[in-house]
Amino acid sequence: MASKSRVVSRSKTSKSLPPTELAPPLKLPEQAFKLEYAPALESKSIVSIKDRYDLFIGGRFISPKTKKYFATINPATGKKLAEVAEAGSDDVALAVEAAKAAGEKYWRTLAPAGRGRYLFRIARIMQERARELAVLETLDNGKPIKESRDIDIPLAAAHFFYYAGWADKLEYAFAGHKMRPLGVAGQIIPWNFPLLMAAWKIAPALATGNTVVLKPAETTPLTALLLAEIIQEADLPPGVVNIITGDGKTGAALVEHPGVDKIAFTGSTEVGKRILSSSAHSAKKLTLELGGKSAQIVFEDAAIDQAIEGIVNGIFFNQGHVCCAGSRLLVEESIADIVVKRLKKRMENIRLGDPLDKNTDIGAINSAAELKKINKYVELGIKEGGEYYEPTKMNLPTEGFFRKPCFLNQVSPSGSLYREEIFGPVLVISTFRTPEEAISKANDTPYGLAAGIWSEKVSKVLDTARSLKAGVVWANTYNKFDPSSPFGGYKESGWGREGGKHGLLPYVELIKPDAEEMKSKT
Amino acid sequence: MYSRELNITRPSGQSVPIFFEPISKAGAEERALSFTKRSIKSSAKIKALYQIIKMIDLTTLEGSDTPGKVKQLCAKALNPLPHAMQSQLEKFSGFQTVPPVAAVCVYPEQVATAVKALQGSSVHVASVATAFPSGQAHLSIKLEDTKVAVSDGADEIDMVINRGAFLSGDYQKVFDEIAAVKEACGSFAHLKVILETGELGTYDHVRLASEIAMEAGADFIKTSTGKISPAATLPVTYIMLQAIERYYERTGKKIGMKPAGGIRTAKLAISYMCMVNETVGYPWLSPQLFRFGASGLLNDVLKQIYKQFTGTYCYDYAFSLE
Repeated sequence: MASKSRVVSRSKTSKSLPPTELAPPLKLPEQAFKLEYAPALESKSIVSIKDRYDLFIGGRFISPKTKKYFATINPATGKKLAEVAEAGSDDVALAVEAAKAAGEKYWRTLAPAGRGRYLFRIARIMQERARELAVLETLDNGKPIKESRDIDIPLAAAHFFYYAGWADKLEYAFAGHKMRPLGVAGQIIPWNFPLLMAAWKIAPALATGNTVVLKPAETTPLTALLLAEIIQEADLPPGVVNIITGDGKTGAALVEHPGVDKIAFTGSTEVGKRILSSSAHSAKKLTLELGGKSAQIVFEDAAIDQAIEGIVNGIFFNQGHVCCAGSRLLVEESIADIVVKRLKKRMENIRLGDPLDKNTDIGAINSAAELKKINKYVELGIKEGGEYYEPTKMNLPTEGFFRKPCFLNQVSPSGSLYREEIFGPVLVISTFRTPEEAISKANDTPYGLAAGIWSEKVSKVLDTARSLKAGVVWANTYNKFDPSSPFGGYKESGWGREGGKHGLLPYVELIKPDAEEMKSKT
Repeated sequence: MYSRELNITRPSGQSVPIFFEPISKAGAEERALSFTKRSIKSSAKIKALYQIIKMIDLTTLEGSDTPGKVKQLCAKALNPLPHAMQSQLEKFSGFQTVPPVAAVCVYPEQVATAVKALQGSSVHVASVATAFPSGQAHLSIKLEDTKVAVSDGADEIDMVINRGAFLSGDYQKVFDEIAAVKEACGSFAHLKVILETGELGTYDHVRLASEIAMEAGADFIKTSTGKISPAATLPVTYIMLQAIERYYERTGKKIGMKPAGGIRTAKLAISYMCMVNETVGYPWLSPQLFRFGASGLLNDVLKQIYKQFTGTYCYDYAFSLE
């Protein structure tokens, strides 16, 4: 009331208004509002998880000859989700034979467009059952539903769509060459992107006319087994895709089986090296997609707020369980303080919790063993003199395997955490002074999977990108994936490329048509 | 970014520091749109819906506006929920009377009518001014426009910046006009500065215009007139919130934010609230520092409140248009 009477008494002529620097008080009381994020859980009811899962061999689910089953657990609760068959060497042999027979009987005799049709069909069913796949992935892996729903599952379907398109166009893929499938592909995939890695492996193998024995990781087999159901639903000829579960021993049996013509492995560099030596005396072709310690270079002319988002996405996406995670932050010394300050503030707003909650940004660490390994690395980093930081207001759930996202500042290139892959939500920060130094520091690693460059100056971005020894270089963004883009590493990060046209090559033998034939054509 | 010096000075000759940071478009948009994935449910949603109403500047800015129309809008601003629905919802536990909106926003010509209609209430009267919406008039006319609105009783002035001057690189002129209008508002009116981001072309321009407006004395910065498409978007609001955050870090002064135009659903408004919450922080989620410039939004919020208590949606015609 009082304020209104002041208004009424105001003079019509404007000159009488006194200038002031201060804004008048608003009538409304100060009522800052604490926005709450009530739990917004995705329903589990869409998925029916069986008590026990068998091996998918020859188009059917069959019990393992080992008669053994092991448990797969939900890392967000530590509780058992289901029992899964443990394939022994006899089961592996059965699967390889089924794949070999299916190749000869069905898959190699089918017209290329026919292969494409099956792949399209699988892709479409994956889309139809996307919600189911997403929930199951989150339950088995611990990743936030936001990521499985918006990234893992759509991207997995996209890989099938993409390679379906290649199936009948292979003779145009590499000019002057024809191609022949290799035969049976033994594929071993990791637990960080279970369904997506299955799609990366299966789709190009089938498009090029190979048949498949796939082994998912022992902690995350369930979406691959749901994919087996989808493959049944798509009516794929029996044995073209076989999915066998088990641990490292099963994987080793698959690698060593003489009927396997090609090995495709994604996982740790340590296991990759073992596979390399155990297949050394065979004619098996090999692709390895291994570890990384990828650098994010932030120059002083970067858009800092967007760089902060890229740093957060680069290392905390999927709890940092990403082979190409941007785990080393190299920041130009002139802006290091401001970047660290803003990064701290941004990390306070990360929401860690139940992976099924749609508001969760960081979910559960995949297993107790991984959690232990990550914590050990953090301890080591602190001992070696890194300045540790983790969000202060964040609470961890009381059950399951969780760990706060964190960083260690002032880590020198000789430090263990700078050189070794942690595979968790742990960032190390180091500074540089010139672009040359940034490049040499980024390349100072046994790995070379990916890198990120942050600068609004195009000439600097191009110059830097050209000098980085990394399979993927992202500029002013990070962790962007597309089936049409090849992915793979330098040095100990791997052999071969997956995705895109390049992703066809590891599954074929290139044939140069007879020179005479070529001449007569031209 | 800008090869020429910005070199803005105050009338006193004192130079104005303009802190500019480049924006990376794709990254900024990705971050801003990520807030649409936040999911606010149940009791948290009801609280958020009430808060939205408290932060609405209920707006009518048509050539056809009349005292009659403005009075009707003011009645809605004071009592957003029709009586029949109020008595229906009172049966539910936890239901609280729907509060009035923050302000009514009108053309200067309609200010006196609105002031009279809202007399004695907590609802502010905001007036657009400075040759709204184009801002293409001589400064003296813009100032007179402002002064008349203030003397008619408007206690919030929504001015437009001089986009012509801005795009021609005459940042000094943009600054001077805002500072002059601020002076004309005196101690009687809060100043909201409309950047009309839909005409600025790039996020870098939005960021720069935000910095200039805040340095020149804006109490709020506002996205749009509502006359240009696109009006408010999540990314453009995100850029402006970042400018506000940096300004606060430097000066300790909290500048308000008003996205205006194009926010028609409660769901989108909640995405804006999540964005404020996770950037500048929850202290900004108050009518003192945040407003939605909207007309259609209010009814959607009422509809969602009804849904939260009763579990069912009601017909659109259950609510009054004005």
